[in-house]
Amino acid sequence: MHMATTLTVNGEQKTFDAPPDMPLLWVLRDVLGMTGTKFGCGIAQCGACTVHVDGKAVRSCVLPVSAVENRAITTIEAVGNTPVGAKVQKAWLDLEVVQCGYCQSGQIMSAAALLAETSHPDDADIDAAMAGNICRCGTYVRIREAIKQAANGRQS
Amino acid sequence: MIADKTLSAVSRRSLLTGGVATGFLLAFHLPLRAAINEPVQPADKTDGKFAPNAFIRIDGDGVTTLVMPQVEMGQGIYTAVSMILAEELDADWSKVQLLHAPANEKLYGNPLFIIQATGGSTSVRAFWKPLREAGASARAMLVQAAAAQWGVDPAACTTSKGAVTHKESGRTASYGALAAAAAGQTPPKTPTLKDPKDFVYIGQPFKRLDTPEKVNGKAVYGIDAIVPDMKFATLAQCPVFGGKVGKVDDRAAKQIPGVRKIVVLDDLVAVVGDHMWAAKKGLEALVIEWNEGPNARINSKAVWDDLRAASARDGVVAKSTGDIAKGLSTGEKFEASFELPFLAHATMEPLNATVHCKPDSCEIWTGTQIMARVQSEAAKAAGLPIEKVTVNNHLIGGGFGRKLEPDMVVAAVRIAKQVDGPVKVVWTREEDIQHDVYRPVYRDTIAATLSDGKIAGWKYKVTGAAIIARWLPPAFQKGIDIDAIDSATDLPYDIPNFHVEYVRAEPPGVPTGFWRGVGPNNNVFAVECFIDELARKAGKDPVEFRRGMLAHQPRFLSVLNLAAEKANWGQPLPARVGRGVCLQPSFGSFIATVVEAEVDEQGEINLRRATSVVDTGIAVNPDIIKAQVEGGLIFGLTAALYGEITIEKGRVQQSNFNDYRMLRINQTPKIEVHVVKSGEAPGGIGETGTTAAAPALRNAIYAATGVALRRLPIDRTLLAAGKKA
Repeated sequence: MHMATTLTVNGEQKTFDAPPDMPLLWVLRDVLGMTGTKFGCGIAQCGACTVHVDGKAVRSCVLPVSAVENRAITTIEAVGNTPVGAKVQKAWLDLEVVQCGYCQSGQIMSAAALLAETSHPDDADIDAAMAGNICRCGTYVRIREAIKQAANGRQS
Repeated sequence: MIADKTLSAVSRRSLLTGGVATGFLLAFHLPLRAAINEPVQPADKTDGKFAPNAFIRIDGDGVTTLVMPQVEMGQGIYTAVSMILAEELDADWSKVQLLHAPANEKLYGNPLFIIQATGGSTSVRAFWKPLREAGASARAMLVQAAAAQWGVDPAACTTSKGAVTHKESGRTASYGALAAAAAGQTPPKTPTLKDPKDFVYIGQPFKRLDTPEKVNGKAVYGIDAIVPDMKFATLAQCPVFGGKVGKVDDRAAKQIPGVRKIVVLDDLVAVVGDHMWAAKKGLEALVIEWNEGPNARINSKAVWDDLRAASARDGVVAKSTGDIAKGLSTGEKFEASFELPFLAHATMEPLNATVHCKPDSCEIWTGTQIMARVQSEAAKAAGLPIEKVTVNNHLIGGGFGRKLEPDMVVAAVRIAKQVDGPVKVVWTREEDIQHDVYRPVYRDTIAATLSDGKIAGWKYKVTGAAIIARWLPPAFQKGIDIDAIDSATDLPYDIPNFHVEYVRAEPPGVPTGFWRGVGPNNNVFAVECFIDELARKAGKDPVEFRRGMLAHQPRFLSVLNLAAEKANWGQPLPARVGRGVCLQPSFGSFIATVVEAEVDEQGEINLRRATSVVDTGIAVNPDIIKAQVEGGLIFGLTAALYGEITIEKGRVQQSNFNDYRMLRINQTPKIEVHVVKSGEAPGGIGETGTTAAAPALRNAIYAATGVALRRLPIDRTLLAAGKKA
């Protein structure tokens, strides 16, 4: 059954009709036209769909829209408005992390959530926070360096 | 997929006539000339836009639009192509904008393939000269325009950062101001190219042009195309290759909110809905009976039995030097066989195409490595003339060879023909993995002799599918697939009696295609693993053994020596830790790689370190080259550790990232890539790391455990402590 649903996405109220079990990923992409969040696997195995709900990294491909009403949703389109998100994006470009880029929305969202919680993550923190994000181009070495650079504000 | 030397066998004329040709120059020059002299759009003198050739547009404000003949799938080619054009043009880098090229074989055909294709690590190799000529030609016309305005000798003018200067008179004019006049100039017959020592852009680690929009969600991949009023669809194809749809019960599916239409074709069923979720739920609610057909009998065991039987046959001789009979009867003889599995591509962006079919036209939004072929195949599927089909190409979320095939677009067109208005067709990950065009299984057999610690004879036989025969039929000559034998016939090593054969063996019931690293993936693995085994038989260190056969190969010797030094080759390691080396001739580049790995008591692998030294000729953008090798190594290590598609009852057994595993950040070793300075012509780079990874890792495991693995993926059960080497 379709119902009117209201979400707060990147600080804006969005009202639309969607079945309550519809994953947030498809609401963002196919209903709201926000295509920065990517579909990769549909079973929370690859992290391409990662967004923030109340600041925590979640896999939007398995998150029913009914579970995120009245919660603050942040996507790749707006993560740069937070100081941590902006630092991550800058480090990503400074170190040229990105290749095809398809997974990088999810990588950046996971990295920003990590840094928001742990300002100076060590390698084990990075492994724990980022192991859920697959990059088929193999940019992992630079992702690790970029997270450290974003944390330290240093130039590598 | 085709190395430089073998490409010489294919010319444009031979492709047109189907005949054999020997004209490397023909192949290289005909399309280029066409490209330079035939702009996509004629120069428009009234608005002052200067469009001297297919690749360059300069408007009155100096905005320089470069048309990208090759597609961007992460390899950084948009930046490299732009740097080459901008170098010879002396463009203002800050005013460069990019455009995806349209489908147009004549203007944008890859000079090494003739067809419009991005693959085989060919982009810089193929377009190096034509792009330099295009830039230099446009620059000459701008100089001529300025010199004519000023009444001075063009030879007395210089260019830099988008402006022409006549130093003597102190005059300067921007390219924008000269654009209208330049459009009226005649292009030089032979544009003068820069001396590489004068390069100002080439060789710099410029920031990539495609990445800023990839960190803020603005980049648009094929899957992100939004067309007004479009619907969304997902599909199920018969799980057995070649099978057909039997009966479909769609009663439950039609009850799913948002489901709009069920499309039933002979070999697939699609559900069209208001969004992907409705389409996916609808598809899950369908009850489909398939007529599976004869391939339902296929399984992995049958595939391997067939391949091994084929591998026992004599093959077509691809290369033979010296006297192989004498070579194989000299010294002590050793034999081995190596086997590689089917692999899926698993691009992060699942297969997709958005299509709007009307009675008299068809428009497509997708990301493809083969624009013109997609256009012609879509035209066939739509039943329209080619010129009625428009392909809007996009950034690609991982190609790796999968998007060298048009099947996803053809399926989407066939579905869209049944739908009013545009429809975006997106494959689920499961459908993507189970309906791939797989890297074929290969089996390589080697017999070699050792005499006085050196290789006296080498007989090598590749058995596997001939992808070229299907993909580029005119290039399949005399029964030899030039991709399947790539890097088997041109070993760096000095071997006096050398013989290579090829046996074509198409796996039953499983479609096969190109996969990052292509033919060399197979051959470099078998060759470099066996070289390590021979080194051990000869009682020599693997690096020392290779050095002894490189007396006439200074570029190989130099990368090998540097890799050994950077990787601390020869320094002591803990128990069950080893270093393995790989030296390879692939894609016109010279690469040595050392992997250091630990094998734990259970046989699990811990990747510690990977070091690659790359001589790829003139390095257009050294940082992009490094990134390609870093990523290529991960791609190859992933396959070595996990990659295998298996078949049961005609079906692919893997389905998603839970059972078709990828290497993750916590398993990633330290990676160092060193790019050697060189003045030689550029080589290919996008696949070299991938081909190097598996043999270097396998040789590290060999060093750590003494177990000589001869199949991929790595079988941990053979590596547990206490297993006999």
